[in-house]
Amino acid sequence: MQDPTPNHDELIRARQRSRATVMALILGAFVILVFAISIAKIKAGMPH
Amino acid sequence: MTAATLPLPADWRDFLALTKPRVMTLVVFTGLCGMLVAPVSIDPVLGFTAILCIALGAGAAGALNQWYEADLDGKMKRTQGRPLPAGRMERGSALHFGVGLGAFSVILMGLANNLVAAAILAVSILFYVLVYTVWLKRRTPQNIVIGGAAGAFPPLIGWAAATGDVATLPILLFTLVFLWTPPHFWALALFMKTDYAAAGVPMLPVVAGERSTRTQIGLYTIPMAIAAIAPWALGLTGALYGWVAIITTAVFAAMVVQVATRSTQPGDTMRPEKRLFAYSILYLFIIFGALVVDRWI
Repeated sequence: MQDPTPNHDELIRARQRSRATVMALILGAFVILVFAISIAKIKAGMPH
Repeated sequence: MTAATLPLPADWRDFLALTKPRVMTLVVFTGLCGMLVAPVSIDPVLGFTAILCIALGAGAAGALNQWYEADLDGKMKRTQGRPLPAGRMERGSALHFGVGLGAFSVILMGLANNLVAAAILAVSILFYVLVYTVWLKRRTPQNIVIGGAAGAFPPLIGWAAATGDVATLPILLFTLVFLWTPPHFWALALFMKTDYAAAGVPMLPVVAGERSTRTQIGLYTIPMAIAAIAPWALGLTGALYGWVAIITTAVFAAMVVQVATRSTQPGDTMRPEKRLFAYSILYLFIIFGALVVDRWI
């Protein structure tokens, strides 16, 4: 367990923000990838 | 519980470090080469997805390996800065991340490519985690011989992603990486012997001694050389690959002879062993690169 100081609180918030940003970017990239996979599958005339 | 009393959450860079990005480079490269030498072309998006899945699967295996070996990593200089032994991440986070990433990579491979590639990817992750990490690593000096199979799967997966099946060439590539692993790892183990001994890992130099390790490096290089030249000898590749394989394998063998015939002196810098280890990585890059160039010219 870490020290419950204001600095520690800020550090937690900063970590949470950076993790949320990275997660958002990954999810955005995943949406684009699924879209591109769907187009590729349609072009190939395959199911899914 | 207020935010101020919560433990510090791990940084996203620590999750990235869990995936062993440097090891992943070789895995991705051999997987890509396996896909590029396949006799059928694959849609670029689906090809990219297959390589992404191989990378994510390797990352998941690396994360689960670090989750299970946190205690060992803390005892070795080379690994004690990793997120878990350094106390920057809770073990549960590493476990959830590894399982989630592994499942995601297999499901995505199955949906975007085919079930054969997804099944081989799943086997490779499970093999690395259960057979190598959990079962063999702490029990036998042959750990990396059998465990080496896990790192040999990517060319097979790359090929299967493109064709939906396996054939002689990817099986030979699997065999090459499988037989390359013992000389590669034992060269490292020779100059990291004290680290492994401190952690209680029964690596061959620790258990059987240096002499035996040097002999084993020499012995494994013989079938490795045959596996390297076999694709050309069997007519599965052109002369370009054949010549590159012969020359680079001859250099590899010359370095192995040097390592196999010497013994460690007091104050030894272990230069031939370090050189063999570094060259062995370059060797695999060159030989797989030559395979692709040979296929595409």
